[in-house]
Amino acid sequence: MASAREMRLRIKSVKNISQVTRALETVSASKVRKAINAVTATRSYATKAWQVLKHVAEQPGRDSLHPLLAKHTSVKTTLAVVITGDRGLAGAYNSNVIRFTAHRFDQNPVPVKYIAIGRKGRDLLIRRRKDVIAEFSNLPAAPTFMDVSAIGRLAVDAFKNGEVDEVYLVYTDFINMGRQITTVKKLLPLELGGEGRVEEFEQRSSNGLAAAYEYEPDQREILDEIIPRFTALQIYQAILESLASEHAARMIAMRNATDNAKELVSALQLAYNKVRQQGITNDILDIVGGAEALSAK
Amino acid sequence: MTIRCEIVSQDRTVFTGDVDIVVLPGAAGEMGILPKHAPVLTTLKYGIIKIRKGGREELFTVAGGVAEVQPDIITVLADAAENVEEIDVDRAEAARKRAEEALSKGVPADTDVYLAMEAALRKSNLRLDAVRRYRKGGMRMPTSEN
Repeated sequence: MASAREMRLRIKSVKNISQVTRALETVSASKVRKAINAVTATRSYATKAWQVLKHVAEQPGRDSLHPLLAKHTSVKTTLAVVITGDRGLAGAYNSNVIRFTAHRFDQNPVPVKYIAIGRKGRDLLIRRRKDVIAEFSNLPAAPTFMDVSAIGRLAVDAFKNGEVDEVYLVYTDFINMGRQITTVKKLLPLELGGEGRVEEFEQRSSNGLAAAYEYEPDQREILDEIIPRFTALQIYQAILESLASEHAARMIAMRNATDNAKELVSALQLAYNKVRQQGITNDILDIVGGAEALSAK
Repeated sequence: MTIRCEIVSQDRTVFTGDVDIVVLPGAAGEMGILPKHAPVLTTLKYGIIKIRKGGREELFTVAGGVAEVQPDIITVLADAAENVEEIDVDRAEAARKRAEEALSKGVPADTDVYLAMEAALRKSNLRLDAVRRYRKGGMRMPTSEN
């Protein structure tokens, strides 16, 4: 058994760690509240925008409507936008995203390029020798649409000029504090059904297929405006979802760490008390033994 | 016979409900939408959305955006939208002053900044205008278009 001194040091260090994890938990708790507000506030807009995009994609002759709606004749390169956090200590949050990405894209029939959002994801992707063409990290704690619209533009441009032939978005959907789901969503070209959670409540005309739109002012102008913007908005929403998920995951992880530290401290304390008691008993035995020996003389 | 109308701005749902008629400030002019309207996709100008439901009218300011019309539902995706009754006049006035002051200091080099400032000014003017025109004396029917 370790010496009493060693155990005392050990207890102290575990206590220190639990203080750090508790502080992190508190910080994450307040961050997660803000992040949840942000994500729920924009969710209805983003969902509706996605719905409108899907209706546009259902239009007859969609391939010729707008370059962003057209399926490329042969798919030679895939682009995956992967959203993770900048920081670790969030349980399995970051590695879940990367594991999911690997699972989804490692068997991909064509080469995959990656845009990494978040430093952790970038590092993990590079370590796995993936082709990371761009990275965005150090996003503000509460990003605005303006902060992230460049990411959307990059993805849209890459698709438009034929550099990539399809664009996927990998992010973590925030369900509630205890549940976050890693999800993949096909951004471009727009597809009906698609992958991942089909969350929207589809409203369409009774005959099933959407009738052709009238466009005002004119088709080209309006599609030019809304399709890139709504696509970028999906990325924005995914970032907000991921942020909320990250903070929630970190809070839970830190709470578990604090609880574990408490347990460890009480176990160590017990062992330490035993060692200490043993030491005292030994000392008394020594003294008694010595006194006995003297008096026997 | 009603049509469902949903107005969402980027940060919240502004209105949702079944209504009789919706008048939108479309890019090509005002358009009144009744149930069973043919599908339309239109951009919106700065202006007022009017919603009538069982003889009662509600007004919303909208600072640009997009509207999708389906036979049974109208979805308005507004860059910013507000119920005229909810507009905080003092805040709108303060925002207008701020925007005017910023603009009077000269044109900034950054086009994006300039556009944002101009948009802020237009938005607060729209809100103040809407309050002046429509709120006084409760809900009266607007007589003139803008």
